[in-house]
Amino acid sequence: MNHWTLLLYIAVMAVTTYLIRMIPFTLFRRQIHSNFVRSLLYYLPYAVLSAMTFPSIFYATGDPITATVGTVVALVLAYCRLPLIVVALAAAAAAWIAGLIV
Amino acid sequence: MRSPYGKGLLHGVPIALGYLSVSFGLGIKASQLGLPVWAAVLTSLTNLTSAGQAAGLDIIAAAGTLVEMILTQLVINLRYSMMGFSLSQKLDGTFTTSRRLLVSFGITDEVYAVAVSQPGRLTASYMLGLISLPVVGWTLGTLLGGVAGQLLPASLTAAMGLVLYGMFLAIILPPARKERSVLLVVLLAAAFSVVCKYLLPFISGGFAVIISALLAAVIGAWLFPIKEEVAE
Repeated sequence: MNHWTLLLYIAVMAVTTYLIRMIPFTLFRRQIHSNFVRSLLYYLPYAVLSAMTFPSIFYATGDPITATVGTVVALVLAYCRLPLIVVALAAAAAAWIAGLIV
Repeated sequence: MRSPYGKGLLHGVPIALGYLSVSFGLGIKASQLGLPVWAAVLTSLTNLTSAGQAAGLDIIAAAGTLVEMILTQLVINLRYSMMGFSLSQKLDGTFTTSRRLLVSFGITDEVYAVAVSQPGRLTASYMLGLISLPVVGWTLGTLLGGVAGQLLPASLTAAMGLVLYGMFLAIILPPARKERSVLLVVLLAAAFSVVCKYLLPFISGGFAVIISALLAAVIGAWLFPIKEEVAE
């Protein structure tokens, strides 16, 4: 693939992603008073992250056993409110160590 | 005393550190797909999205069509629209149109999570500070990953696939522990997503996430409407 084709792909990707972010953030000026819509917007990010994580997390390492070990470690540490980076790296480290043993 | 920009920068440090390791994985993925390091770095600098970029790199590697690229980004990244929409409710008077144009570039899951949990209204300087370091971390991590891609053993790069999801869990679990309503929404979204994957496999991954998340959030909003108004 030549450099110009590659650049075209990246440009299309970047413009699409930017417009998705920019349009609602920039053009929407009214305050929403509907309690249902505000509640929906409050719950949505948690719902999106949860739906993205499950069941994909069990496929993230290419091996369900090491992925499950990493998932359990992440769940426990996240439940204990450890910082993002600690949870993320500990999950990967646990899966890596499990891979060495299995 | 700390300026709003400085406060934003500080709040962005943990996000940037997390991104360093997650985008490292994207750099490795790009090099495994045979894409040049500069392309991976440019993609990260201009997109700032984990799942969207991972899917985008696959499309580039498979020489997919541009229509496919646009639709995929639209479906995977549509959550940023909802987040931008949600944040637009919390902005103060310092947010001119040009500042909105600039800050909207940096809306990510983690930036949203931090920004939306701030008490009161959001200033433009705080938001600019908040997105600065994550953009640097995301781009730098991709560069390091792309360069290191060939050097690291496969077992290590496979395990790094968990970094992204570990971060997601670290974002959703503490509020789920605190509020039963959030816990219910999180469990429902996960359950719907699992059902889509195994019982309704004809729904593509991106659409499955949107359907599952919307359903769970609608049920949450219906059963447990939030009480407090956004602070004026």
